[in-house]
Amino acid sequence: MTQDLSGTFNEMMNGADIRAAYSNLERWHNEMPADLRSLKQHEAENLFRRVGITFAVYGEGGDPERLIPFDMFPRVFTAAEWRRLDRGIRQRAAALNAFLADVYDRREIIRAGRIPEHLVTRNAAFEKAVVGVRPPRNVWSHIVGIDIVRTGRDQFYVLEDNCRTPSGVSYMLQNREIMMRMFPQLFVDNRIAPVDGYAALLKKTLASVAPQKCEGEPNVVILTPGQFNSAYYEHSFLADLMGVELVEGQDLFVEGDFVWMKTTEGPQKVDVIYRRIDDAFLDPLCFRADSMLGVPGLMNVYRSGGVSICSAPGAGVADDKAIYTFVPEMVRFYLGEAPILENVPTWQCAKPDECQYVLEHLDELVVKEVHGSGGYGMLVGPKADRAQIDAFHAKITERPENYIAQPTLALSTCPTFVEEGIAPRHVDLRPYCLVGETIELVPGGLTRVALKEGSLVVNSSQGGGVKDTWVLAD
Amino acid sequence: MLSRTASHLYWMARYIERAETTARLLQVGARNALLPDIGGGFRNDWEAILQATGSLHAFRDKYGETKQRNIETFMFFDTENPSSVASCLAMARENARVVRTALTSQVWDGLNGAYQELQEFHRTERSRMQLTDLTEWTMNACALARGGIASTQLRNDGYYFMGLGFSIERGDNTARLLDVKYYVLLPSLSYVGSGLDQTQWVTLLRSMSAHRAFNWTYRGEITAAKIAHFVILNTKFPRSLLNSVQMTVDSLDHLSRGYGQPSRAQSVARALLAELAEAQVEDIFDEGLHEFLTRFTRQNAEIAGTIQDTYLQGEPA
Repeated sequence: MTQDLSGTFNEMMNGADIRAAYSNLERWHNEMPADLRSLKQHEAENLFRRVGITFAVYGEGGDPERLIPFDMFPRVFTAAEWRRLDRGIRQRAAALNAFLADVYDRREIIRAGRIPEHLVTRNAAFEKAVVGVRPPRNVWSHIVGIDIVRTGRDQFYVLEDNCRTPSGVSYMLQNREIMMRMFPQLFVDNRIAPVDGYAALLKKTLASVAPQKCEGEPNVVILTPGQFNSAYYEHSFLADLMGVELVEGQDLFVEGDFVWMKTTEGPQKVDVIYRRIDDAFLDPLCFRADSMLGVPGLMNVYRSGGVSICSAPGAGVADDKAIYTFVPEMVRFYLGEAPILENVPTWQCAKPDECQYVLEHLDELVVKEVHGSGGYGMLVGPKADRAQIDAFHAKITERPENYIAQPTLALSTCPTFVEEGIAPRHVDLRPYCLVGETIELVPGGLTRVALKEGSLVVNSSQGGGVKDTWVLAD
Repeated sequence: MLSRTASHLYWMARYIERAETTARLLQVGARNALLPDIGGGFRNDWEAILQATGSLHAFRDKYGETKQRNIETFMFFDTENPSSVASCLAMARENARVVRTALTSQVWDGLNGAYQELQEFHRTERSRMQLTDLTEWTMNACALARGGIASTQLRNDGYYFMGLGFSIERGDNTARLLDVKYYVLLPSLSYVGSGLDQTQWVTLLRSMSAHRAFNWTYRGEITAAKIAHFVILNTKFPRSLLNSVQMTVDSLDHLSRGYGQPSRAQSVARALLAELAEAQVEDIFDEGLHEFLTRFTRQNAEIAGTIQDTYLQGEPA
């Protein structure tokens, strides 16, 4: 999928001029000899591979341990731009949590008629097993990843929310580490807000939602599906930075009112589980009986307040694509504020009139499956051929409630190293907002870049790369 | 420490040790094969080696005839053979990868680097690789990982679980290496003391990088009794059975001191150590070398089982 770049916003430029925030980088790039550049690119790749930051892809043949391409040209936000994003992200994370607390309790938003009931209660991500449960501090989604795209100087849109277990934060941290190591002068010449406090904030956030029954320093662990998971590196990286144990389901067991981990000194009580496995695999007694990844009896302990699970089981109902449309409504309803970040205009195929419009304009829209992720199962109208459009026409007609549609956005671009120098490539942004006793956000996030010319797909599973993301101080 | 973490560290060390032993066995085999074939009562020396690794049947099923080139493939490259150098190093590295954060970058670099080079070997034409180069490469790779552990790892419980992996595996492997000698000589004890016998003993010592050490320690003529004493009972030889059990006891002592709790593994290991400390070479030959080695292997495995039960399963201590 390619598109004409005229009319898209290049984040480095203001008309024909270089924006102030990028002027140092422009000079840095102009002064860098080509051989130094390729040397540095190699150095970066070696660092990534040596540290073991790979993205594991099993079952597709080839090297199962792949590198996500790292682009050395940073993406820059000014302090003023970030202030607005910061407020908008925190606001959205707060509203999503209020929504979750509500739909598993009194369902005020449904009673008020602001969200149709069936979208919530008949949603596959809605967990009946936790209706009436009130997690510590009533926080449900502790790490909220909000995917944001930009289309103009002041136009930011939220593409989707990730309330379960958003991944990629290790790249945010490592991209910065590697840039600082390779180009220290850049950090002398620019005043770049640090992101390395993330791990301490994450630990503080997780500890702040320990169960009431927990006495003393809470024992926090990260629960991973294991070394064959594509994000295993990230799990072990975060465990190491926080100084907590990285456990698998087989390391935990339930006895009495608590969850315990098996150590060389016998069982040790676990208070907070930052889980990186899906709800369905958490507890074979409660969800999927064939799950080998979970802990039998975990949900009983959770419901009786013996352990905290982050994100809370059932949190996924807030980041469903069908619910997405209503997030601005949540901001107004729960917080009484005007939404700072806008949604991309979205047509719900579940609504007959909107579905009609979508079917008539398939060649100009992006159609997504409501429950899909990672850029799979979507139609990009302007780039699709007749057969693909016809196929989607049939699918939507058959199960309209499974699809939503959005206009193709002119995503902003950021200068990116290519063979001949630098060229504009499309980017998005995923910041990681932490919700516990307080709401925390480090200044930055993960910038993903579509490396192929004109491509709009930034997903790492489909050839996207990553960049260091700078927030400049005033 | 999580029991699973301890278990991965323990197995990482066992696989490093095992990779090295397989390489040493290959070296012994290659040297033995250079000796004149007297025929008659002799079995194929290579078969003895496969027997010592417990993989003769697996080899026959897959390759049939015991030709040197097939053996090299089987023992070095074959990833279907769980004790090939390639399998052992891959397993060591995989165990390390899972507990990456419990290791220093030097240890990880050592193992990961060896693994990447091994992938290169798989892509290189076989005729361009000499067996001696491959076995030496293996020893270097293992020495690098070992050196990284010795010089950079914290002396915490994880360190001693690695220590247990090394010493348990080493005891087992030394016993197996010595047992090869038994299989080679089995058909005719009349060769004991002959020139051929002498050469084979020397080869065995070389396979444990101990030829010169032996000469320094014992001087004079090489006899079966001296060798058996050296490889089984000598307190100074790092690969002797006595020493490997001593290392196991030391690691277990450190662990129970750190945890403030004595363990059953300690008493099992100490019992074996006490027996070896008292033993005389004559007793061993009276019992029969093969019988003695078989018994040792079983007792060593029993210590391993007790370690497993005590620490690696997370049951209450």
